[in-house]
Amino acid sequence: MANDTIDRGPVTLLVGTKKGAFVLRSDAGREGWEIEGPHFLGHQSHHVVLDPRDGRTLLAATRAGHLGPTIFRSFDLGKSWKEVSGPPAFPQVEGESGRAVHHVFWLQPSSEAEPGVWYAGVSPPCLFRSEDAGDTWASVAGFNDHPLWGTWTQEGEDGTPDGSILHSINVDPRDPAHLYVGCSGGGVFESRDGGADWRPLNAGCRADFHPDKYPEFGQDPHCLRLHPLAPDVLWQQNHCGIYRMERPSDTWERVGDHMPRDTGDIGFPIELHPRDPDTAWVFPMDGSDVWPRTSPGGRPSVYRTRDAGQSWQRCDAGLPHDRAWWTVLRQSMTTDHHDPLGLYFGTTTGQVWGSRDEGDTWRPIVEHLPHVYSVELARNHS
Amino acid sequence: MKVSIPSPLRSYTDADEVEAEGVTLAELLDDLDRQYPGFRFRMIDEQGRIRPHMRIFVNRERAASIEQALDANDEVQILQALSGG
Repeated sequence: MANDTIDRGPVTLLVGTKKGAFVLRSDAGREGWEIEGPHFLGHQSHHVVLDPRDGRTLLAATRAGHLGPTIFRSFDLGKSWKEVSGPPAFPQVEGESGRAVHHVFWLQPSSEAEPGVWYAGVSPPCLFRSEDAGDTWASVAGFNDHPLWGTWTQEGEDGTPDGSILHSINVDPRDPAHLYVGCSGGGVFESRDGGADWRPLNAGCRADFHPDKYPEFGQDPHCLRLHPLAPDVLWQQNHCGIYRMERPSDTWERVGDHMPRDTGDIGFPIELHPRDPDTAWVFPMDGSDVWPRTSPGGRPSVYRTRDAGQSWQRCDAGLPHDRAWWTVLRQSMTTDHHDPLGLYFGTTTGQVWGSRDEGDTWRPIVEHLPHVYSVELARNHS
Repeated sequence: MKVSIPSPLRSYTDADEVEAEGVTLAELLDDLDRQYPGFRFRMIDEQGRIRPHMRIFVNRERAASIEQALDANDEVQILQALSGG
């Protein structure tokens, strides 16, 4: 297995919110934090991602209440931005039925083998690809126009409260033609030919809301992560539990069964330790009754496993012990690469929390932001 | 002809009123996009539909589509729709 280098310097976090984007910068000790922004004030900023391959290309997926979706690009870590010349858009078709991109939800650089290539997941749940560092985008027809797209995604109609999306784009670092994506109400899909063809990858994954509880597709993955150093290891936080898979198996194991019963294993994010494929963190939410999507019992906590999901530890030291009715969305948890590793998450009530000891203790590093959509590490591999 | 620009689109035009040409709204929007790259897609989707929260008025009558013909003296207003209170 390859190694991940340990960082020792300052940490930069990119925070997307319902009302704009922010950049958080720490000192080397990760004690003090400075906040820069808002960028794009008033614009829903779903995802802000730095290209780790060049350390300078920064993309931000935005839309405004009245305006359509677009992507802005920066080459100076957000000091200046320019709108890309061809944001994701479907080919025009005759008649009234043509699809239109509602918003760009997920941005993903491809692997080191494909410099300048990015993917974008949008609503309706479709995939776009850029080969010029995000300036222009093309529909990935192999998925978006697949004969079963409408069947797999229920025509994109079975959306989460914020719309049906394609998310969790994972590129196998050994082979950039090997792709995984997640779709709301559709499931996990895999391509081994660069997106030309796809197949569902949902065996063993439950769909409580489906008459057949283990259908071939139709599940609701919330977040799918491939471990960068052990790319045969996949983790999934699903609408119906926490799952893990080790290829070449194509069957998910519900490791969330080992979570405490009174907490359950419903949530949005799942984050992996960059140096240990057996360690992961989740942030459970209340998926009972009408699905409040708040911290269970108003007592938020991260849960951590260090044994590939066979056991989980509650990590809430420093977090509110009651009356905290927020949660953490699927893009809003990330790690740095220090040792011990730093873990960060943003809340639906506008806080960003940080832990410098792999989740053992927590403190708020920023408060009073808008509803946080995403928190990403800005890391330079170059 | 003169085209009035709503506040969400002024980051493109730097003005609340600009000049543009076209014998249809579609041509007028193409001219605006040439002058202000990216402008059109923010208010018209890739299928040529006016986005749900945008409105175009020609001589104070709401335009149903961008295929509407224009005369040189028409007054064109692009407005943001009231989208909740």
